[in-house]
Amino acid sequence: MAIVELKNVAKNYAQGLVAKGKSDSSNNAVDNFNLVTRDGEFVVLVGPSGCGKSTTMRMIAGLERNTEGEILISGRDVSQVPPKERDIAMVFQSYALYPHMSVAENMGFSLKLKKRPAEEIKAKIEEAAETLGIQALLDRKPRELSGGQRQRVALGRAIVRDPQVFLMDEPLSNLDAKLRVDMRAEIVKLHKRLNVTTFYVTHDQVEAMTMGERIVVMKDGRIQQIDTPINLYDFPANRFVAGFIGNPSMNFLRAKHTDGVVSGDGYRLSLDGGHRPVVASRGIGDVWVGIRPEHLRLSDGTATNRVEGAVDVVETLGAVTMVQLSVGEHSVTAQLPGHHKVEIGDSLTLACDSDKLHLFDSESELAIGREPTVQPSAAAEA
Amino acid sequence: MNPSRFKNGAMGVLAWIVALLIFFPILWLLLTAFKTEQEAFTVVPSFLFSPTLESFKTALAQGSGYWHYAWNSVLTAVVSTVIGLALAVPAAYAMAFYPNKRTDFLLIWMVSTKFIPAVGVLIPIYLVYSAVGLLDNALGLTLLFTAMNLPIIVWMVYSYFRDIPKDIVEAADIDGASIMQTLFKVVLPLALPGLASTGLLALILAWNESFWSITMTDHSAATLAVYIASFKSAEGLYWAKMSAASVLAIAPIIVLGWFTQRQMVRGLTFGAVK
Repeated sequence: MAIVELKNVAKNYAQGLVAKGKSDSSNNAVDNFNLVTRDGEFVVLVGPSGCGKSTTMRMIAGLERNTEGEILISGRDVSQVPPKERDIAMVFQSYALYPHMSVAENMGFSLKLKKRPAEEIKAKIEEAAETLGIQALLDRKPRELSGGQRQRVALGRAIVRDPQVFLMDEPLSNLDAKLRVDMRAEIVKLHKRLNVTTFYVTHDQVEAMTMGERIVVMKDGRIQQIDTPINLYDFPANRFVAGFIGNPSMNFLRAKHTDGVVSGDGYRLSLDGGHRPVVASRGIGDVWVGIRPEHLRLSDGTATNRVEGAVDVVETLGAVTMVQLSVGEHSVTAQLPGHHKVEIGDSLTLACDSDKLHLFDSESELAIGREPTVQPSAAAEA
Repeated sequence: MNPSRFKNGAMGVLAWIVALLIFFPILWLLLTAFKTEQEAFTVVPSFLFSPTLESFKTALAQGSGYWHYAWNSVLTAVVSTVIGLALAVPAAYAMAFYPNKRTDFLLIWMVSTKFIPAVGVLIPIYLVYSAVGLLDNALGLTLLFTAMNLPIIVWMVYSYFRDIPKDIVEAADIDGASIMQTLFKVVLPLALPGLASTGLLALILAWNESFWSITMTDHSAATLAVYIASFKSAEGLYWAKMSAASVLAIAPIIVLGWFTQRQMVRGLTFGAVK
């Protein structure tokens, strides 16, 4: 259990090749990373490929040296400390099990290196095996195990270490979809039981939303937003976060604002009390409007908020019907509950509530009208 | 017969022809070893003759020095292989798991040292060895064999190490293993088949080496290569004796190779199939 702090952490791979003072921070793989965890928190790092989430985790592990900033575990600066002395345990995407050792030997390896007594090692292995349900596999070699079993062994190897911090680098990526869903829940249960500060890296926003207590959304090496899943969903700080979180992803429309109404070809939406004064006071003309597909509903055309267009795609999923419309130059997806008799080519009018609209500055793409919530420290109400 | 069967059959025949062509010199060597000198010299080569062990007896006779030369061959081949592996493993470890910008260059440079024919560096090395007193010295020859084989050993061990996922080495690091512990407890056990075949290859190359053996030794450190060459005398070539000597010289390594052929093939093709 530990509090992990990252202060202004950055990683530049070109360092050393570039003359001092000339390095360009815009080339940093990770830049200006600030985060303070709670003791025992489950923090998810999420973002598209290449956003720097794995690099950040590897810096926490000590497998990469951070070029700037400090990393502290339980108040101790570990920036210069090698991985084995940081008291962390890592689960790799490929599990990284030792192929020539049995499951028990894999799990006991770190303790054996520390020269712990044999009975202690045996006891710890059995305890971890019981927690993960792999007692029957202790004598097998990794190549005799299925993907899910190997993953459990990798978790077991980490648990036996009894570390201050768990690091998990996309551990579910190599599993099939059903197993992934099962293991997701198991990892969450495991975390609740062990209560160890955990960092979890994934590119899958569904995993992030279902597992994280707080989520760090990253893009191009920079933090976009740190918040709880619900806050990320309801109050995204910028257009990237808004489009990344939520499945199916948010619709974005370029709109012109006049007098509390944003409109464009095929749509007309009035702003709510939260947005109107801010937009007016800043004299905003062009703006991005974001609407989540699940917030659009069929309308008879009498609502003040209107989005209309011709249907391009209809996907019937049973519980919901996904409809894609051409609205002017935009393509808008709507998630309608239940079954609907909609044909391609039909003209549809949709409505939504004003308080479900999201506005983003047309240049900076930051959210308008809501406070951006890039909070390095844990949310107050958590 | 349909075309593909014909093709398979033709390929089979071709393979046999190539194999016989390659094997023929050795076969002839074996036959000649059992002939008398006169029979060995006949203008029309003879396949049918009454075999004799005369040549073998002469080759192994007390004064011939066979056992002395054989011992030198074994000593220099084994020691040079062991030293070569001991030097190559740390080098390959660093290059495989902690590569930097210069790694590729280093590897290519190592291989490039084998581009030059040995005769090109004969004079400088001879002069140095003469000055240092390493001529006709088993240690001197061993060092030469080590240097000769090192690029190959490093390259092969490097490629086997590269087949080990870096994740595993990082996991060992996080588990608390020092570099030596990672090497001995994780990397070497996994690379053992590859190391074995590398060692075998180095042994064979050192055993068969004749250029340095002949030029840098006289008697004391001479190997079986010298022994075979010594049958060339002012009186002419003693073909039968030379064949017998050759058979005795290559027999050990052929036996070793025969028993380890599966290992060798596995090791040499291990990296080829991804």
